[in-house]
Amino acid sequence: MSTVRDWAAPNPVTENRSGLIGKPVDRYEGRLKVTGTAPYAYEVETPAPPLFGHIVSSTLARGRIASVDISAAEAAPGVVRVWTHLNVPAQAARGTRLNPRSQRASNPALESDRVEHYGQSVAFVLADTPENARAAGGLVRITYEAESADLDFLSSLDQAGPAPGEEDARIGDFEAGYTASEVTVDATWFSPLQNHAQMEPCATTAWWEGDKVVVHTSIQMVKGGQHALAETLGVPSDRVRLFTRYIGGGFGGKGQSYDDLTLAALGARETGRPVRVAYTRQQMFQATIHRPAVQMRVRLGADRSGRLNAMALEAVTHCARNAPFVEHAANFARNLYAAPNRLTGHRLVRLDIPHAGAMRAPGEAPGMLSLECAMDELAETLGLDPIELRIRNEPEVDPDNAKPFSVRQLVRCMQEGAQQFGWERRNPVPGAVREGRWYVGMGMATAIRGNFLLPAKAGLRLTGDGVATLTQGMTDIGTGTYTILAQITGETLGLTLDQVRVELGDSDMPPAPGSGGQFGAATAGSAAYETGMVMRRRLAELAAGDPRSPLYGEDPTLMDFANGNIVLGNRSESLAALAARAGPEGVYVEGGISPAADARDWSQHTYGAQFAEVGVDSVTGEVRLRRMFGVFAAGRILNAKLAKSQITGGMIWGVGAALTESNPVDPRYGSFLHQDLGGYLAPVHADIVNLDAVLLDEADDKANPMGIKGVGELGICGAGAAIANAVYNACGVRLRDYPLTPDKVLAALEAKGL
Amino acid sequence: MKPFAFERARDVDHALSLAAVSPGARFLAGGTNLLDLMKLEIEQPPRLIDVGRLPLADIAETAGGGLRIGALATNTAVASDPKVRSRYPALARAILAGGSVQLRNKATVGGNLMQRTRCPYFMDAAKPCNKRLPGSGCSAMDGLSSTLALFGASEMCIAVSPSDMSVALAAFDAVAETVRADGSVQRRSVETLHRLPGEAPQVDTDLAPDELILAVELPPPPEGGQAWRKVRARASYTGALASVAVAGDRVALGAVAARPWRARAAEAALADGASPAEAAAAELASAEGEDGRKALVRRLAADVIRQAREGVGS
Ligand SMILES: Cc1cc2nc3c(=O)[nH]c(=O)nc-3n(C[C@H](O)[C@H](O)[C@H](O)COP(=O)(O)OP(=O)(O)OC[C@H]3O[C@@H](n4cnc5c(N)ncnc54)[C@H](O)[C@@H]3O)c2cc1C
Ligand code: SF4
Repeated sequence: MSTVRDWAAPNPVTENRSGLIGKPVDRYEGRLKVTGTAPYAYEVETPAPPLFGHIVSSTLARGRIASVDISAAEAAPGVVRVWTHLNVPAQAARGTRLNPRSQRASNPALESDRVEHYGQSVAFVLADTPENARAAGGLVRITYEAESADLDFLSSLDQAGPAPGEEDARIGDFEAGYTASEVTVDATWFSPLQNHAQMEPCATTAWWEGDKVVVHTSIQMVKGGQHALAETLGVPSDRVRLFTRYIGGGFGGKGQSYDDLTLAALGARETGRPVRVAYTRQQMFQATIHRPAVQMRVRLGADRSGRLNAMALEAVTHCARNAPFVEHAANFARNLYAAPNRLTGHRLVRLDIPHAGAMRAPGEAPGMLSLECAMDELAETLGLDPIELRIRNEPEVDPDNAKPFSVRQLVRCMQEGAQQFGWERRNPVPGAVREGRWYVGMGMATAIRGNFLLPAKAGLRLTGDGVATLTQGMTDIGTGTYTILAQITGETLGLTLDQVRVELGDSDMPPAPGSGGQFGAATAGSAAYETGMVMRRRLAELAAGDPRSPLYGEDPTLMDFANGNIVLGNRSESLAALAARAGPEGVYVEGGISPAADARDWSQHTYGAQFAEVGVDSVTGEVRLRRMFGVFAAGRILNAKLAKSQITGGMIWGVGAALTESNPVDPRYGSFLHQDLGGYLAPVHADIVNLDAVLLDEADDKANPMGIKGVGELGICGAGAAIANAVYNACGVRLRDYPLTPDKVLAALEAKGL
Repeated sequence: MKPFAFERARDVDHALSLAAVSPGARFLAGGTNLLDLMKLEIEQPPRLIDVGRLPLADIAETAGGGLRIGALATNTAVASDPKVRSRYPALARAILAGGSVQLRNKATVGGNLMQRTRCPYFMDAAKPCNKRLPGSGCSAMDGLSSTLALFGASEMCIAVSPSDMSVALAAFDAVAETVRADGSVQRRSVETLHRLPGEAPQVDTDLAPDELILAVELPPPPEGGQAWRKVRARASYTGALASVAVAGDRVALGAVAARPWRARAAEAALADGASPAEAAAAELASAEGEDGRKALVRRLAADVIRQAREGVGS
């Protein structure tokens, strides 16, 4: 096993001689996407004309299916099959793991008469057209026996229990430290249930080739999807070939497979025809996962100079009764500010609603909406600038575990951000700045998000045309993975981008963990880099050992790679020629990355500072973002354009969390109020007038051989808190119940007599 | 979506004669509302009569100095028409506050007037809703939706009209001209085109099934300032929490009733010399609903009336 020391030597990526690393090149697959020719899972060509499936969702929250009548649906035009729990083909029992190494267990569809949440699949129709399938779906008659259900989070808080397998993290003595503090803040924030609202719904196209099923599906994890389907069908995983080449947004919501995958595979097997299945927009809200609601109590105790003595963040969140998941809203607070006495932890309420799960920056996204506003409140109480307060609590080592930081530029992020944003123009007195009917205010918050490296592999083939093709069972969920892998491969081998191909999203390719937790670029990218290095060694040995090569007999460790050539002194040979001589298949190597043995000896995070200026309409309580700016430090940046697009996209998610996004559970039905994108209010262009971000120069040599870190989730962290703090600065009302919609702001203004 | 027959009307007479013999048929204009509702099986017409290519898209001045806007003029065409922009700016603003540009490019004047409520329980076929399924109950009554009627609601339905355009049209005293298969032509005030729910919320308007809107006519704009404002949580692409159109001494409120709501009490108060705030309060005196909603509409109406009087643009 390697150690981080092994990564310290200069390498082709860190030397970046041809300048591909960091270059803001366009997306590898951009042209396909903007011309509408990238085949998404529902659109791939099939070997024969397909059938179309439609899933029927339950309209009950909890109980059992008392009766079903599928006769009208079966008799409807074009219908080929109608399944309910009574006649669906056999699947492995839920949770089965035939192969103990499977990353996911069996996940059967229509498994029984039990209904555990609104929107659960209860029937499936296969027909000759999507329209006929959907129309027949409406003819399936189901009657239910309802059982009592717990549906409302806030009124079920008294049932909160410990998060499974977790204990509160305690350092020092929080209660004593808090009681002894000269200045305190004690307040509770609420972040509501939110949906991923990906543009592309979950969808699958499936067909069988002999006893092997081929599925194209929209999923963030190749192996997870392959294993889940294999276990559900009760077959070894090599009988499932899973493709996921283009994904129209995942955000964590496609970290697992859903019934579209299972039912498409079963439908194709039973009919001998290819089958396409997609969820409708409405179904996406309740048939897939969501970010759970979180209630967060923050207590801060400080001395008059602003040094924190005690800090607590206690979060209560929900999950589905039989699908445990914890939104770790308190975890980030463990590593952010110094304070000798600390308490963080989570409690869980189990509800009979759709499954809660990971959504972009799980934990930090809602969590920072509390602590970062509490810090603003403390700063105001102390009469300190919010940045100064944070600097006074900047830790020397990680306050959770006393580990040294690999690199931590949080203070620099705040200071550069303040300067570029014009923070000194902020009037600290709330409600003091008025423009016409608008109250105007500024706010800031910090951002922190962990950095991770997981094991991954990749394959690389160099062919006689001089083209290197990287293959990896990795996904690009719209973040730019194809592009950065091409950049890394090109730089490692001394090739130009048009000499590099990248093929992803195929379960037959060397595995990578997929996209999630902002580990994708570092993990898949490091595997690509290592594989490129394996290729360099192989090519050098080939040249050294081949009398036809001008480099014959030379020391392979001294050979270099540049401009499509392998070079030693003034002798060189093109990679194309080398590969051509190796045979029609060229040269193929595999390589991979694993976490360094000592990687966890350092505290590794990405950081940032968020700044927002808002207007609050004094008449109506509408909040409009006027300006937003962030400075971030996230290791070496592979592609300036894509990294910034990830970061600013994350910030926009923060705008939604602060101002508009929420999906309340209707306590009468267990359904969500909003079931389309006209009702579930994610930000639109008009909400984002002026928003920008800067990434600091950085390389984290403890992270991986390239010194890069993730950027996919960092941008959300703290973004909403900066906005909430700006709302307070604008109009003087502290709202702790997100999102800050006009009704809440107006009620607060009215309560103040404004 | 239920299977349906589709016919493209050759001319107005063809459209009307098809409608007269096809119970439950619907005219299809831009389709931005009707097709969505059909996919959700909230509308289930056995036949669609496509009127989208009928020559009813002209925008022309009338002999009386007003404006006649064909029912098939797109929302974009109306909002960008120089005559509308210069003389009826509150109408242009109201239209531009609706939907997104893609929707406005497809949406027509007739379709906008006739669009159905966006009450979330009406849009979810699994929920009780008297408007969708008479007698099934009203889920909104104890529900979670935030935009409920303050005026003219009944025990049966408290949904609001989502149309922005019609709020401005009501403030301009616009009239919709319709024709039926028997050739009869009617002129219906936009303000009262939509019925209040009463005992029959399933019936949106008094239009007969074979009655086609041909055009909307606006009288000359009234003396005095105009203003329009729409309140919403996000800056675009969402329905109003409340809206106000002011044209001279006429005031219309949006998203507060099943129809654009002419604020007659406010107008009367203004005529008696009341201040904008007093006029708004006079209108809200008869409102029924949540205090926060009332406060929003009261404050908004007062401010927009004031703005129109001061002649400042929105
Ligand atoms: C996401 C979204 C957001 C929206 N936001 C807004 C908003 O903010 N503000 C707003 O005002 N609107 C909004 N809308 C609604 C939009 O304005 C309407 O869908 C549109 O105006 C309908 O016009 P259309 O021509 O597409 O009508 P269609 O969908 O074709 O028809 C709608 C109805 O009108 C009937 N009809 C059409 N033409 C005639 C006619 N000439 N005579 C008689 N009946 C007729 C049809 O039979 C049908 O019942 C939004 C819609 C969507 C989907
Ligand atoms: S308010 Fe009207 S439209 Fe909404 S649920 Fe009640 S009856 Fe239906």
